[in-house]
Amino acid sequence: MSEVLIVDYGMCNLDSIGRAVEECGGRPIISDNPKDLTSATHIILPGVGAFPDGMKNINELGFKKALDQQVLNRGIPFLGICLGMQLMARKGHEGGEMDGLGWIDGEVRRLQPKGEDSRIPHIAWNEVYPQQESPLFEQIEPGKDFYFVHSYVIECDDESQVLATTPYAGGFTSAVCKGNIFGVQFHPEKSQKAGFQLIRNFLSL
Amino acid sequence: MSVKTRIMPTLLYRDLGLVKGKGFDSWRRFGSVMQAVKVYNMREVDELIFVDISATRQGREPDYEIVDEIADECFMPLTVGGGIQSVEHVRNLLMVGADKTAINSAIVENPQLITDVARRFGSQCMVASIDFRRHEDGTYEVFTESGSKPTGLDPVEWAKEVEQREAGEILLTSIERDGTMQGYDIELIRRVSDAVSIPVIASGGCGEYEHMAQALSEGHASAIAAGAIYHYTERTPREAKLYLQEHGFNVRL
Repeated sequence: MSEVLIVDYGMCNLDSIGRAVEECGGRPIISDNPKDLTSATHIILPGVGAFPDGMKNINELGFKKALDQQVLNRGIPFLGICLGMQLMARKGHEGGEMDGLGWIDGEVRRLQPKGEDSRIPHIAWNEVYPQQESPLFEQIEPGKDFYFVHSYVIECDDESQVLATTPYAGGFTSAVCKGNIFGVQFHPEKSQKAGFQLIRNFLSL
Repeated sequence: MSVKTRIMPTLLYRDLGLVKGKGFDSWRRFGSVMQAVKVYNMREVDELIFVDISATRQGREPDYEIVDEIADECFMPLTVGGGIQSVEHVRNLLMVGADKTAINSAIVENPQLITDVARRFGSQCMVASIDFRRHEDGTYEVFTESGSKPTGLDPVEWAKEVEQREAGEILLTSIERDGTMQGYDIELIRRVSDAVSIPVIASGGCGEYEHMAQALSEGHASAIAAGAIYHYTERTPREAKLYLQEHGFNVRL
């Protein structure tokens, strides 16, 4: 069975994601100790909140080095959710500049209102269109709705890392990937069937 | 592309805090809440609103244990209301898995609470719940404590104030129409929706899919809350959305 380490860095309630992993057949382990990463078969970095607070907590708890080791060197499948996805970027621009994990060639900026799509934060069910073949979106129809709550988005420099986009405020990157590393801006744990399918896809990597 | 209109079932519960361990009947009632949550989850409703309507009148805090159990089965956004008096109560609810909190009486007593909650957890967590009655002379008034306490506030003016104090949305409920299935109070829904730019969730009185369409097209509401129509008739949120889609509304199917 998949042992799924859910990184607890003080940025949200982790019950929902833990329960979703359980429902999808994985064993969730919620931990704020980087040492626990070594026994995990999968790692999830969730999170709601501001980029600088999140990154500061990751650094202070000693997760940066441990995550680099497990995810980059050992190739453990990794999924960042919402803020957890944004932290994968090189840099964030929320309340000043701050370095992220640097795994994805992009920067995190505030979503800009466009036309009818004027409401920021973007809190809604919205379509997700995969831009490339990926095991993460297997058996999920293109254009399926997922649940979003966010004001910032990742802007990728490298098109090959854009896994999916969403047509809001002129369109933004709603999922990224690079090898064993995945990130989604939406909340699969709050997106019912499609969300569970995505989590199951991740657990089968 | 405009945002999709959300269709949210409301679960209203009375005396929940007294339910557990108080006899077979009470347990069965709690079981029926869990059953409803599971069914709504399976049917992929957009969001769920859960309100413990007697908490405030009985001077109780929200029952975090019960919300915890509900949230464990709720793989969709969950709004919880009833008995919330402070930032601490909101924090506790978010910790057990609520996504948003609806506050009614406490924000009338202490409007600063709106800003405090919005600044601490984000305005999406702060749903201002406004219950109103229509008087015989056609004027409207805000009531608190499950419709028992008049406040002297005008719902339109109060809606503007909660927006200005950074509430994320407004849950607008007609007290006398609630549960009657006679249709929403379209007039007030329109006046409030036109006065604010945050989403207004129409609530109280839905008995037909057509009522939902009216609240959206004539009432200018952003979202639809309904309870009785699902509990006492064969109608479902999914059918509601099919109906609305046929009538030109953008919904999630």
